[in-house]
Amino acid sequence: MDQTQTKIKEFLSRFFKNQDLQPEEDIFALGFVNSLLAMQLVAFVEKEFGIRVGDEDLDLDNFRSIQAISNLVARKQPSAEP
Amino acid sequence: MKVELTPEQRALRSEVRAFVKEEIAPHAGRWDREEATPREIVDKLAERGWLGSMVPAEHGGRGLDMISYGVLTEEIGRGCSSIRSLLTVHDMVCRGILRWGSQGQKESWLPRLARGEVLGAFALSEPEAGSDAAGIRTKASAAEGGEGFALDGTKKWITYGQIAGLFLLFAQLDGKPTAFLMERETPGLTVTPLRGILGTRASMLAELKLEGARTESMVGRPGFGISHVMGAALDQGRYSVACGSVGIAQACLDACLAYARERQQFGQPLFEHQLVRAMLSDMITNVRAARLLCMRAGYLRDIGDPGAIAETSVAKHFASATAMRAATDAVQIHGANGCHDDFPVSRYFRDAKVMEIIEGSTQMQQNTIARFELEEL
Repeated sequence: MDQTQTKIKEFLSRFFKNQDLQPEEDIFALGFVNSLLAMQLVAFVEKEFGIRVGDEDLDLDNFRSIQAISNLVARKQPSAEP
Repeated sequence: MKVELTPEQRALRSEVRAFVKEEIAPHAGRWDREEATPREIVDKLAERGWLGSMVPAEHGGRGLDMISYGVLTEEIGRGCSSIRSLLTVHDMVCRGILRWGSQGQKESWLPRLARGEVLGAFALSEPEAGSDAAGIRTKASAAEGGEGFALDGTKKWITYGQIAGLFLLFAQLDGKPTAFLMERETPGLTVTPLRGILGTRASMLAELKLEGARTESMVGRPGFGISHVMGAALDQGRYSVACGSVGIAQACLDACLAYARERQQFGQPLFEHQLVRAMLSDMITNVRAARLLCMRAGYLRDIGDPGAIAETSVAKHFASATAMRAATDAVQIHGANGCHDDFPVSRYFRDAKVMEIIEGSTQMQQNTIARFELEEL
């Protein structure tokens, strides 16, 4: 797990207690994803990684796992711009 | 750590306070009785940039920071909760678009909303769906023979629905809660005024009937209407209601201090009676605590902290309860006078009750705040 994934895992662990979340693990399949988590997750990735999540990113596949979220972060970070 | 307003924030507070004293407070009782907000006061708010005040300058707004926004909201709420609710719902629509709208929606609507040319209203509640937002029954379906969606259903208790030009509406699109923008003049949308509400009586409530009303303007994506678009708008609304509640509580305190000094019973001013002083002291303490909670929530919002959502719920829960308690005691201190609309405390009392219900009832906050805290363990 790289640094980004570790930070995401740390954040998600607050919601998925007693779960050793794996990078590809589907957090929606685990349940507990409510609107409070959804909003806090967006606020977290924006603040932690300095990105802006837009309406075009509203796709469950972008938030499905640690790997998916870290892919989204990588795509949105300024250095990732072409 | 510093808990004080900046010179700019203090200047804004003085400006709003003077405006409210002159243009709002003297008329609020009449607006309440007439159950209407005159267009002139809406225009005056718009001229000052106080509608959509937190919309960034790039979209034509004043770009107020959240502490300044709280100051503005508290001061307006101190004068009239109906006018405060205009700011609340209009700004919720702005927030929804700002947060999850497309570039086109932002460019098309935010400058007009920030200038107050168009008023926004938040259309979530239905006759059968209040706290259970996901239980809305309004249906959206792909419109026949054209682009966009056709909406069918009923929205109820829509604040300023009578005069809003743009609605942020929520509907089930193939069973997925989804947000839409709809203009007032849309064929198939009928707006009916609702009268007889307990508090914030001048807030021009309406019922919306949607009968094949079409829109091409979806906000966000299908399935994200409640979790993200409503979530962002309600989070904004909760902050606004929290700060407005502090305004009500402060107005109660102002009224009680003046009354307790003037009113004589048993040969001395009410203020000399210990049980009256106890109520005043509790009111003073709770107002200050509620304001500090709002400032903390505002600060966390400004720095984009994920904890801001929880802190805003805490502020809303406490501030609305404080407003109710302050208003109950304010009526008590005023006695029979407090039960008549010759004195504004009877209006504060009715308005405060509304604050414990809107933007997440007290019970909804009580249900979520503990959950937030458990996450931190």
